[in-house]
Amino acid sequence: MQLTRDEQEMLDGRKGKATQKAMELLVRYAEALGAERFVDTRNVAGVPGSANPFLQNYYTDKSAEAHVKAGPAFDAIFSHFDLDSDELVEVPSSSVPTYHLQGGADPTAWQTLGVKVEVFRNYQEREAFAAAHDVGILKTCTPYLAGNVPSRGEHLAWMESSAVIYANSVLGARTNTEGRESTSAAMLTGKIPDWGLHQTEHRYGTHRIDVDVDVRSVMDWGMLGYYVGDMVQERIPVVAGRYSDAEIVRLKHFGAAASSSGGVEMYHIVGVTPEADTLETAFGSRMPIETFRYGKDERRRVYDRLNANASDPAVDFVMLGCPHAAIEQLREAARLLGGKKVSENCALWIFTSRAVKTQAHDEGILEALANAGAVLLTDTCSAFAQALPPGTKVAALDSAKQVHYLPAILGIQAWFGSTSDCINAALTGRWTGEHP
Amino acid sequence: MTVSTKIILRGRRVCGGRAEGEALVTRQTIPGWGGVDPVQGVITETQHELRGVSFTDKVLVFRGAKGSSGWSAMYHTARLAGTAPKGLVFNEMTTKVALGAVVMRVPSITDLDQNPLDVIETGDWVIVDADRGIVEVVKRAR
Repeated sequence: MQLTRDEQEMLDGRKGKATQKAMELLVRYAEALGAERFVDTRNVAGVPGSANPFLQNYYTDKSAEAHVKAGPAFDAIFSHFDLDSDELVEVPSSSVPTYHLQGGADPTAWQTLGVKVEVFRNYQEREAFAAAHDVGILKTCTPYLAGNVPSRGEHLAWMESSAVIYANSVLGARTNTEGRESTSAAMLTGKIPDWGLHQTEHRYGTHRIDVDVDVRSVMDWGMLGYYVGDMVQERIPVVAGRYSDAEIVRLKHFGAAASSSGGVEMYHIVGVTPEADTLETAFGSRMPIETFRYGKDERRRVYDRLNANASDPAVDFVMLGCPHAAIEQLREAARLLGGKKVSENCALWIFTSRAVKTQAHDEGILEALANAGAVLLTDTCSAFAQALPPGTKVAALDSAKQVHYLPAILGIQAWFGSTSDCINAALTGRWTGEHP
Repeated sequence: MTVSTKIILRGRRVCGGRAEGEALVTRQTIPGWGGVDPVQGVITETQHELRGVSFTDKVLVFRGAKGSSGWSAMYHTARLAGTAPKGLVFNEMTTKVALGAVVMRVPSITDLDQNPLDVIETGDWVIVDADRGIVEVVKRAR
């Protein structure tokens, strides 16, 4: 590793113990990657200091002990888990702009999510810890819809696969899929390994996807993303062909799907994304390793795969907002509900960020959703919080990502379809979605 | 019974140390958050070939990591829960698997001179000597 003077000073402990531990972790991580240097970052998105009940319990004694012995600035979870340090350290505030992604429970509706009061109190304490350390509390998987919109070429240290793929591909910012520990270390150091997608030569496409069937709706884009991730795994697809309406919501669903079925962190869509004006630009004048054709048969297979865990048409739960709903999606949900009521045999939960919820409130959308019996929730989602309405057996979802995760995590059936299919299911308690 | 044979693979250290154990091999990429139960030490992803299989104390031989950015935190949690694998041997380097190996603190090797997925089978005995960049495989008698 080549370290700059300030990096060496951090490693030597001249910027404090916590920063030293953060640098030690980053050096171990960079060596594991085979990286030769760090890149500076002033945009970090992670989950610093957060704790699920397992971690909370695991560190409870140590945390209490730490507070008594050393004072509240010494934090066991941040020291031992975030920084992977055996030593307990005093945690300074973030040294570069840092934001908290999704986590915890909706502060106004945690009971709806089935969260126990003591668990919610812990979530609040951990949020207060983050805020006290100058971490922006966005509490969303879509920071780019809640005020953190990186610029082209900006180096980031971001977690959340659906946000990483959006930042790289749609915004042209540069980040690898960072983890809990590397983002917390970056928060203190402003450094992240200069590897992979930080470097121009690793941002070119590797595989070509020829789209030979019309891809237009959110559902179409989600299915295409799921197909692409499955085909290219962690490589970089270049998508060309018959698509339209490639705007924020569709690209959000496409990327979230591709980073769930595979490990895609960056994609190019010719004529749409900023590093893909042409096929040649997207591939950096190299030849694709392999070309895949996405036609009607491929679309049908993706649809069947996404619906493989469902057989019972009696839907008792509909969840929208994965990734967190944009204001346009809340408006559409309200329009599709059309003043009717959600079936008494079914619940409708929609997840979004606190920022978008505020806007929905101001625009009257929140009231329209509530009048229909829909519940708008923030901070988390069903998969992340492992939260369902009591007795849920069969869910309906409009997100390929959520349908990838939810049945695996909670052992329920889940249908995949359009937002309209899902709202119909919420109104009738029946799944009537069909092959596109 | 056939006589067991020993195979040596050479690669690059990802995370130092030496460990040995029984191999658990998959050609599929391994999920993190949402596809694994770290407290039980098992893969849970519905369509994964290792669904329901425990990786605890195994030497995991696999293609690479996939999915959520919660990969490292899941396997970090597995370390705390005492359910982590003993070592990692893998083909495709990503930030997920690099950080995961680091916080799991298990000997890990990549960039091998032979494809470990062609050489190692589940049940073989594998020694991961990460500091020397050597993977030693003792084939299970078959």
